[in-house]
Amino acid sequence: MSKIVILGAGIAGHTAARHLHTLLPAEHQIVVVSPNPQWNWVPSNVWVGVGQMAEKEVTFDLAEIYKKTRIDFKQAKGIAIHPEGSSTLGKPYVTIESTLSSTAGQMESIEYDYLINATGPKLNFGATEGLGPDHGHTVSVCTAAHASEANHKLQIIIEALKRGEKKTIVIGTGHGTCTCQGAAFEYIYNVDHVLREAGVRQHARIVWISNEYELGDFGMGGVHIERGGYITNGKTFAESLMVERGIEWIIRAHTKKIEAGKIHYETLDGTFHELDFDFSMLIPPFSGVGLKAYNKANEDITSQVFAASGFMKVDADYTARPYAEWSAGDWPKTYQNPSYRNLFAIGIAFAPPHLISKPMQSANGTPINPAPPRTGMPSAAMAIAVAKSICDMINGAEAPTHTASMAKMGAACVASTGAHLLRGSAATMTVYPIVPDYETYPEYGRDLELTFGEIGLAGHWLKTLLHHTFIYQARLKPGWRFLPD
Amino acid sequence: MTKQMNKEPYQQAYYPPTPTGITRYMRSNILWQLVRFAVINFKMLKLMRKSH
Repeated sequence: MSKIVILGAGIAGHTAARHLHTLLPAEHQIVVVSPNPQWNWVPSNVWVGVGQMAEKEVTFDLAEIYKKTRIDFKQAKGIAIHPEGSSTLGKPYVTIESTLSSTAGQMESIEYDYLINATGPKLNFGATEGLGPDHGHTVSVCTAAHASEANHKLQIIIEALKRGEKKTIVIGTGHGTCTCQGAAFEYIYNVDHVLREAGVRQHARIVWISNEYELGDFGMGGVHIERGGYITNGKTFAESLMVERGIEWIIRAHTKKIEAGKIHYETLDGTFHELDFDFSMLIPPFSGVGLKAYNKANEDITSQVFAASGFMKVDADYTARPYAEWSAGDWPKTYQNPSYRNLFAIGIAFAPPHLISKPMQSANGTPINPAPPRTGMPSAAMAIAVAKSICDMINGAEAPTHTASMAKMGAACVASTGAHLLRGSAATMTVYPIVPDYETYPEYGRDLELTFGEIGLAGHWLKTLLHHTFIYQARLKPGWRFLPD
Repeated sequence: MTKQMNKEPYQQAYYPPTPTGITRYMRSNILWQLVRFAVINFKMLKLMRKSH
């Protein structure tokens, strides 16, 4: 009998759990540990953030779902990994701290044969003074609760606009090293849409601010797409979307500090600026959740297991090299920790070998470059590969048998607006592979048949279909395993 | 009759392409969008299959 512990129950952790549950015979034990009692379909948070969906439509109780299975769910947060065990516990184990109100703060040690770290990111609002909904002046759509609060504040702005007041809305990234521009990109179009629906768009100035070198970078160094008989850069596509909607943009920007109604930012040329706002949604930078690691002698080995960012080291090539020497082969394939064969990290929890976008610094030495995106589709692909590898290793395989490199997988971003099936619209963008592979695709690093962008109602239908399909699948409803991940 | 002023050229919004009337119409034309829905779904499934 083997015991597999999964830390985190987001898209990556929950996908790994449901596939392990299907693949492994009943004698094996699966434990999921998550500080959050609910699963959240994060891509639909943008709809919650503009009031077109309720929080309960994008979340469900994990305990209720896992009750239908043999998966043991513990509402707790991971604190430390002991991959060699300790002087008293012979097997590897992880210490967790309960977040259930009845047992909050209680510590527990769980032994494991295999551990999957799928803890996702820490939303590092503290990296920028005044950023975030809890201690700052901006809102967020990173969690369903944040998105709900964002909508509440947006509705107040819409009411003021209806009275004829002028308001400035700023949406984008809250630090020079942020990723997840796609979520902010979707949100800005949704805000523009609801303002138009409310008949108040003419009273609002909407501004995009981001750390991208050019619009449409998305932390992937931008993409090329075929359009209108030309191969053009995604920058043209993204700028066209902004101009059509009357949205201004500020790029190459590091948000330094936010005061009530004022954003202070630095741009790549080393100059400093201020931007007044009435409502702002800025994505925070991400870091690891702060897990620690100890060896058998209880010595701190966190720096051996985790990168400085707090994300876990896996089978990537972390050798520091100049940008020109980066390659698709640097990216991890099996997500196995190089020091401990039964330790894996997937989704946002693994440490990327380097950026995808070219590193940039302002004249003052401030890094202003997007971090690599790790969205739902790649997270699910990594989770399935790791689940299959663990099954094979339990059955005797020496090493992981399945791979899911970000240089061999795609991602999609559908910025869909509107609740009505015939009045909505969407900008649909896909990229393959996420990490450019100039050996396979020498010209642009990507497959131009699968890297495309288009605008229209079809994308809106697709996004609605994806929302319902993935929630149905995650709820383990009948036939879920036949749906694509 | 007021005199039409010159439009300021060298601004952010001056350069990107903007959709023509026919492009905007096709984005919401149900029949065309049903075709595009089938095409996008096919490409997405291909993308997902290549990713796993």
